[in-house]
Amino acid sequence: MKSRSLPGVWFVLGVCLCLLGSLLSAAEVNVYSARKENLIKPLLLQFAEQTDIKVNLITGKADALLQRIVSEGEHSPADLLITVDAGRLYRAQQAQALQPIDSKVLKDSIPGQYRDPAGYWYALSLRTRPIMYAPDRVSPEDLSTYEALVDPTWKQRICIRSSNNIYNQSLVASMLAHHGESEALAWSRGLVGNFARSPQGGDRDQIRAVAAGQCDLAIANSYYLGKMLTSGDTAQRSAAEKVRIFWPNQEGRGVHVNISGAAVARHSKNRASAIKLLEFLVSDDAQRWYAETNFEYPVKAGIRPSEMLENWGKFKSDILSLHQLGELNAQAVMIMDRAHWK
Amino acid sequence: MGTRNEALVPLGFPQRFRQQKSNLGWLFFAVCTALLLSIPVVTVLYSVTLPTSDIWAHLRSTVLADYALNSLVLAVGVCLGTSLIGITTAWLCSAYSFPGRKLFSWTLLLPLAFPPYIIAYTYTGMLDFAGPVQTSLRTIFDWEYGDYWFPEIRSIAGATLMISLVLYPYVYLLLRTAFSEQSSSLREASHMFGVGSYKTLFTIILPMARPALVAGLTLVVMETLADYGTVHYFGVPTFTTGILRTWFGLGDRVAATQLASLLLLCVFAVILAERYSRKAVRYQNPARVQKGWRYPLSGIKAIAAIVICSLPVLLGFVVPALQLGAWTLRTAPEIIDYSFLTLVINTVQLAVIVTLIIIAASAVLAYGKRVGTHFSIPYTVNLSSMGYAVPGVIIAVGVLLPFAWLDNALDAWLQQNLGISSGLILTGTLISLAFAHVVRFMAIGLNSVDASLAKIHRSIDDAAQLLGRKTFERFTSIHLPMIRGGILTAALLVFVEVTKELPATLVLRPFDFNTLAVRTYELASDERLADASSSALLIVAISVLPILILNRSIIQSGVVHGAQT
Repeated sequence: MKSRSLPGVWFVLGVCLCLLGSLLSAAEVNVYSARKENLIKPLLLQFAEQTDIKVNLITGKADALLQRIVSEGEHSPADLLITVDAGRLYRAQQAQALQPIDSKVLKDSIPGQYRDPAGYWYALSLRTRPIMYAPDRVSPEDLSTYEALVDPTWKQRICIRSSNNIYNQSLVASMLAHHGESEALAWSRGLVGNFARSPQGGDRDQIRAVAAGQCDLAIANSYYLGKMLTSGDTAQRSAAEKVRIFWPNQEGRGVHVNISGAAVARHSKNRASAIKLLEFLVSDDAQRWYAETNFEYPVKAGIRPSEMLENWGKFKSDILSLHQLGELNAQAVMIMDRAHWK
Repeated sequence: MGTRNEALVPLGFPQRFRQQKSNLGWLFFAVCTALLLSIPVVTVLYSVTLPTSDIWAHLRSTVLADYALNSLVLAVGVCLGTSLIGITTAWLCSAYSFPGRKLFSWTLLLPLAFPPYIIAYTYTGMLDFAGPVQTSLRTIFDWEYGDYWFPEIRSIAGATLMISLVLYPYVYLLLRTAFSEQSSSLREASHMFGVGSYKTLFTIILPMARPALVAGLTLVVMETLADYGTVHYFGVPTFTTGILRTWFGLGDRVAATQLASLLLLCVFAVILAERYSRKAVRYQNPARVQKGWRYPLSGIKAIAAIVICSLPVLLGFVVPALQLGAWTLRTAPEIIDYSFLTLVINTVQLAVIVTLIIIAASAVLAYGKRVGTHFSIPYTVNLSSMGYAVPGVIIAVGVLLPFAWLDNALDAWLQQNLGISSGLILTGTLISLAFAHVVRFMAIGLNSVDASLAKIHRSIDDAAQLLGRKTFERFTSIHLPMIRGGILTAALLVFVEVTKELPATLVLRPFDFNTLAVRTYELASDERLADASSSALLIVAISVLPILILNRSIIQSGVVHGAQT
């Protein structure tokens, strides 16, 4: 019977077709993204439409994606790695998973402090982590800096999420960079001492807790407030309306800022397309999209942020170079462990 | 305990009858399967041999004790919670007849359809300080923060309750099966001798169902220890959150894997200890099982039974499902689009593939354990099912490392000898994704198949062997039909678990391969719970389907219920 050899024939045919397919297929670019699908896919689709380059996407936790890139080695299909903080990009660079990119477009669009000096990674948007307060219980005059939050007047009045969260880790890392270990530890302990409740939930939960009166202050990323204010859920909207933003440290170094950013993978097979996508992500349209859809601040100078962001006012942001957040991340976590910040 | 031993028929045949060469083929196959499935767990355990970093000193001096204590409290709490609910409801539905018993016997399974983190999110949305319940209380009574006491849902007690509510069906299902495979003449006799129903349950019925109870609780403990979503959201530091914190926060993957190994070794030790305490006692039913008799309840007792059985269903399914439904109604028009069809297809496809593989592998392994007499076989088999106690993302690493190594080694060899490049064949494909799921959920399949196989008396094997039936033939013609119930149960549980699985899927999936759990997670972790409700509800709906099928086929075949009252 001939049918015995059929599976073998099919297999060979299949392999040939796959090889042929990969040779003939149009340009494509593979994206490993720690940004959630609904916060990146629309831009990727736009890019695919404009350039005819097919974009393939997987999303996941940054460290897990990085582990996958490293394990896959030189055959890794990854072209572009997108993360939601600078620390992970630094970590990827340390793991030798990235390659430097020299692009005039990128350099011209992104201020020096928001990209790696050697061109290993570039920021796409800025995420600020200000103080939020309940205007009926707190006067903005009483607020000044992150450092001042350890004052006993704030005892049992502050809500902030768990130290498992990367935004808190990089906030403490920035404290470390500015003040050194012992002061950062003392600050963490002081802050923990002023917690209104054991850390729980996400940033929105902290904002809701302020609105509901469980605490008077919260530290949360500003875009969460924006998303709540435009939410379809009336409960979220009315909670957000009871909360105001305060930009801390305006006399000094400025409000703590992290980024979402991207980098080209070291073994990228579609380097040119990856650079093209990177450049697209800092184009005026794409930058406006971050501001309008997710209420993040554009990284590119001269882009007018959305109306809501303008209403929140202008602010000075910390000029700390971002790779330091990555370098100090582990130390920051240890400090929070020692301060019993859950 | 004397009662127990009398109920068991002593082993009839000497060991040598089972040590036949004809078993070797099957055994070889079983051991190979077990070893293949052990690769990820062994990869994780291998990390123990790697040099430790100074992060360990930091962990020991700060958080390790907290992790261990909280994990222990959580595991013990969930064990108690699931036992309490599972034993009571399984006993009521098996031994008594009361109005609604048939309805409860399957609706009690429904909470299984909820991933623990979804029920946690849902209840938090309702019960936390800023949620509708407390807000209305404050409005009605004009209270402020601090004026009143309300249980804190986001606490270790809350986590215990949430996890117990969705995991008790494991205990319930395996016990219900075990109870109905026991002869009802035991209950009848006990009743006639005037033994109270509590005493009957705790001195006769439960001890005889110990393998099933242990199988259920083992699954519960492993799943609890591997849970990340609930404890993370509730801010309870456990081993799992510690493992991920060590990896993601401290940036030390090796130390994280070592933590996972420590957890694994503890679980392994507990399982061995339990096995040792059971020693050689075998739990087998007399060949002739009499079924059908149930003690009728009426009046206040019937009402009590109804209340007891309806509480877990209400709290574990109806209430959260209604809340999700309410959210879905509001958000569905914006959220649901054609991509949902792909999500459903991907989810079901993966679940079906994994379920089939696990059923086949469980049968091979469980039967291998039965026919193999060498002491190493149970260990090898159990090692292959330890993946259930490991957080999904760590299992993903355990799959990623060896598979990527294999891919690259093969590619290097081909390039050197044939000058062609194979690239990555396994990594980033459905193969590695399915494999990771098989490893992660193998315990569920194996435990249920093993538990029902253990109840078939060995004299049947021996008789068949004397009649000249070969190993394979014995299995297909005798055991397989007898463990159909166990296999169906395993299939249901695995299917539901795969439908809910998230962390391994996230890391290992091929490009643009989304499942319902991925979609739910992406929205829920962005704190868009209402938007996540449509996909969460779909997960629940897809999981309910096999529960219904299972229940129907069990009733029809009489595998579990026997003749209905």
